[in-house]
Amino acid sequence: MHKILILFLGSFMLLSCKGKLKETDEVRDSSVKIATLNYEELKPLLHKNDDKTYVVNFWATWCMPCVKELPAFEKLNAAYKDKNVEVVLVSLDFPKQKESNLIPFVKKKSLQSKVLHFDDANEQFWIPDIAENWSGSIPATLIYNEKKRKFYEKSFSYEELQYELQTFLN
Amino acid sequence: MKTFKTILLLLVVATISAFTINPSKGYKVGDEAADFSLKNIDDTMVSLADYSEAKGFIVVFTCNMCPYSVANEDRIIALDKKYKKKGFPVIAINPNDPEVSKGDSFEAMKVRAKEKGFTFPYLFDEGQEVYPKYGATKTPHVYILNKKKGKLIVEYIGAIDDSSRNENNVKERFVENAVDALLKGEKPTKTDTRAIGCSIKDKRNS
Repeated sequence: MHKILILFLGSFMLLSCKGKLKETDEVRDSSVKIATLNYEELKPLLHKNDDKTYVVNFWATWCMPCVKELPAFEKLNAAYKDKNVEVVLVSLDFPKQKESNLIPFVKKKSLQSKVLHFDDANEQFWIPDIAENWSGSIPATLIYNEKKRKFYEKSFSYEELQYELQTFLN
Repeated sequence: MKTFKTILLLLVVATISAFTINPSKGYKVGDEAADFSLKNIDDTMVSLADYSEAKGFIVVFTCNMCPYSVANEDRIIALDKKYKKKGFPVIAINPNDPEVSKGDSFEAMKVRAKEKGFTFPYLFDEGQEVYPKYGATKTPHVYILNKKKGKLIVEYIGAIDDSSRNENNVKERFVENAVDALLKGEKPTKTDTRAIGCSIKDKRNS
């Protein structure tokens, strides 16, 4: 518990320092910065070769079932981050919605998992390149580590997600 | 006894693979599509058989609420305007359960169709029996059907074009190219394309 508190205070201090340093131009989003990647930049993050297991969720603020399942991913991230598991939330919000919808949403829900904004027009290429069996609907989730890889075009409850993740950890 | 065991094992393996090899449900290009009878926004029932003059259909699963559907509304209207007179009318179907997605109710469909001036039937998949038969997973999701000897054959499944979010960046018009090919009596060159879309709202899946 103490550890968490220290970590929390520490990150809070870090964030406030950062806020102060760049106060002039970034007051608006001092605490939430989300990188926008194209597929060339995103792809390496879907093929990491380390000892971690990655749970990559494709979502958007306008996607109701995605928003509904986000707490399950957040819970998974909190429960498994000490077990070599990393949750990455890849937002497919339209570019013009990044500032107006995505960043306010991430702030409001204070999402703890890593959030990325993905913007690449060449869907014909990257949808099947991410997963041959993906028709293109979201929510969708990729779970992978160096030994195993599986893609799910479906919604998850926490229990289902935990069950699937376990098959990667054993 | 040993052969019996081997046969049994083979049978088990065959049965398991039969179930795992084919996970995707619904139509594939080349399959015959079944007709349906669904309620239109003008409160009449619509079937594909009603269109005896049609050479085929551009069936679009779409809805009111999904931003990708909204981004494609004008393109769907344009498709209908261009191809209805050539024998390929658009038939739009809302596959969502309004209990899960309130803005996709039958009443809301009527409002949206009026606002946008839909020129095509906008049908409500009440009971959600049609979309699983087709294998639609999202909105918008297009199925082009071609009439051949009284049968409706699926000739194309996928996106409207290669830029679902932004019409200004379209380079390839998949649906137009496919229908143009069919009108010439040819096979479409691209029969399967993909685009991001909103998953169909169905409480049986959530």
